[in-house]
Amino acid sequence: MASLRYERRIAASADAVWDVVRRPESIPNWFPGIVSCTVEGNIRTIVTASGLEMPEEILTIDPLIRRFAYRITAPLYRFHLGVIDVIELGSVDSLCVYSTTAEPDPLALIIAGGTIGALDAIQRLAEAIVKE
Amino acid sequence: MGRKILFITTDQQRYDTVGANGGLLSRTPVLDRLAAEGIRYERCQPTSVVCMPSRASMLTGQFPSTHGAWMNGVPLAIDAPSVAESLHDAGYATALIGKAHFEPFMDPFGRFVENTLANLGIPTVEQPWYDGRRGVHRGFDHLEFATHGVMGALHYAQWINEQHPEAVSGFYSVVDKDLNVNAAGGGDTNAPQVKINPVPREWYHTDWVAERTIEWLKGQTLDQDWFCWMSFPDPHHPWDPPKSEINRVPWRDVDLPVNYPQAQSEREALLDVKARHWRAWYDGRVVSNYEAPAHWVPALMTADQVREVNALNAVEVELIDEAIGRVMAVIESKGWGDDVDVIFTSDHGELQGDFGLLFKGPYHVDGLLRLPLIWRPARSSMPEPSVVHAPVSLVSLAATFLDVAGRPAPAWVEGTALPINDDDAHARSFDSTLTEWDSELFGVDVHVRSVVTTQYLYTEYGEGTMHDGTEGELYDLANDPLQRVNRFDDPGLANVQATLSERLRAHEERPGERAVPGALLAPV
Repeated sequence: MASLRYERRIAASADAVWDVVRRPESIPNWFPGIVSCTVEGNIRTIVTASGLEMPEEILTIDPLIRRFAYRITAPLYRFHLGVIDVIELGSVDSLCVYSTTAEPDPLALIIAGGTIGALDAIQRLAEAIVKE
Repeated sequence: MGRKILFITTDQQRYDTVGANGGLLSRTPVLDRLAAEGIRYERCQPTSVVCMPSRASMLTGQFPSTHGAWMNGVPLAIDAPSVAESLHDAGYATALIGKAHFEPFMDPFGRFVENTLANLGIPTVEQPWYDGRRGVHRGFDHLEFATHGVMGALHYAQWINEQHPEAVSGFYSVVDKDLNVNAAGGGDTNAPQVKINPVPREWYHTDWVAERTIEWLKGQTLDQDWFCWMSFPDPHHPWDPPKSEINRVPWRDVDLPVNYPQAQSEREALLDVKARHWRAWYDGRVVSNYEAPAHWVPALMTADQVREVNALNAVEVELIDEAIGRVMAVIESKGWGDDVDVIFTSDHGELQGDFGLLFKGPYHVDGLLRLPLIWRPARSSMPEPSVVHAPVSLVSLAATFLDVAGRPAPAWVEGTALPINDDDAHARSFDSTLTEWDSELFGVDVHVRSVVTTQYLYTEYGEGTMHDGTEGELYDLANDPLQRVNRFDDPGLANVQATLSERLRAHEERPGERAVPGALLAPV
């Protein structure tokens, strides 16, 4: 089991950052290489740029602690848990933490590698909201 | 019309696998002839002993700590400097055919350009360049990719899956179902990464790379200057050459490597004088890097497995030599014979049984550090054949290509052009070379720096999960060419150690702009 975590300090309110990530259907806007998705109930199916379809189960969307948790349920994964936490540091200052725990280990690395680009995009989108 | 450049690389090929270097197992008449006509380097060293950082150094002329692709899985920045860009600016047609690996292979999200280009079936794409302009991807007009095997998005994999799907199952699966480097055994000895592959020779990636190179060369006009990087994926594992060829080197007749002691106690004694991670890997307690199979224990490897791996490796080396011969024949038939510089090398070595180990990792000894390097300058440049004994580095390749093209080396190039003989090496102070290793994988980090001179190989291990920052290795290459006696902290060599340690400090503190180290985005 491999567990990786990346984080990003963002010059935007926690609410603004949370607004970027809270909707399951928004993931193609900010996760690199996900070109589309469908959401039915708590099941989200993503489609990657290479044409791969992966089903996911949304576990938690908690606006009070600003946590989004999901797991990839594709058979390749024996286990996956992805957690995005948005933590308020100030009125326009927040920390976004994206954690990936998965087995087999190499798959954790592949997903976590994508979360770095996801944090870039989340930051860009949230800070753009502040500028507007 | 200037000098054209054929840059030939292999992957994971040791110095001693080439006949001109004294290798006896494989027959390499084409390389031997190039060496006899040109310059053969006795001690060429990579900047890193894994693919991505080393290949990025060939392209950029920079050490990994400068170009930022510091371990496998860390892509080279899209706008990193590139010697191909400089040659493109000079009017050269530029191509890379075969294994590039400046970006990760494992890419289900389709994030990396090399994979995307192969999927789109287009030869290149416009990208930002180092100097703010935009141009063809990393300076290459034409890109066609292959790697080890038949899985994934790259051109060779697509070609064989579309044209010869019946051959696909004959190849060894490089990774297992968990996407770890596969430990499954095969062949006659159940050696890891070995398989008897019934694929016809003409469908194997070595011949595919040569044929695609020939096709590109035939498309060039006679007076066009060109830089062609022909990059063979072999003899990197898996060792699954075409079955029709394996009787060239019957494994039962293969002598064990000189640095493979048959007695387990002797192997263990040799490992125990080295830094602690050597023995930990051998015993199966720690696999610190992705490039070695996660579920393989070196201590369980048999002598016959070492023989079979070495035999199949030698077959792959022979197939490459013959493929190079076919490309050279086309060059001659086009009338370019006098105007082409040919440079042959590999990105890093392979342990291939040394000390009871296979594959590669943070183990800086000759099996991984000492590379074949042959430069046959264009005959029109009136070269004097020579052998260079001074240490040289792959970091010099970019400056060498630019020198051949009559272009000045840009400020971003850290290496200087290769010496053409020992006098030239002495005059230009080629007296040591550096190799770096940094890895951070699943909670284990390893940091290694080594310097090689004509006399010594010296290594320091930085503080990390496996080391406390005080360990090292010092080998007297003249008196201990197999690097069996670690003289680190030997009072008799205290001055030598201090001098070499200072060279490592100077390397770390060298002036110049460094890229921000890239992020680890995939296993490889």
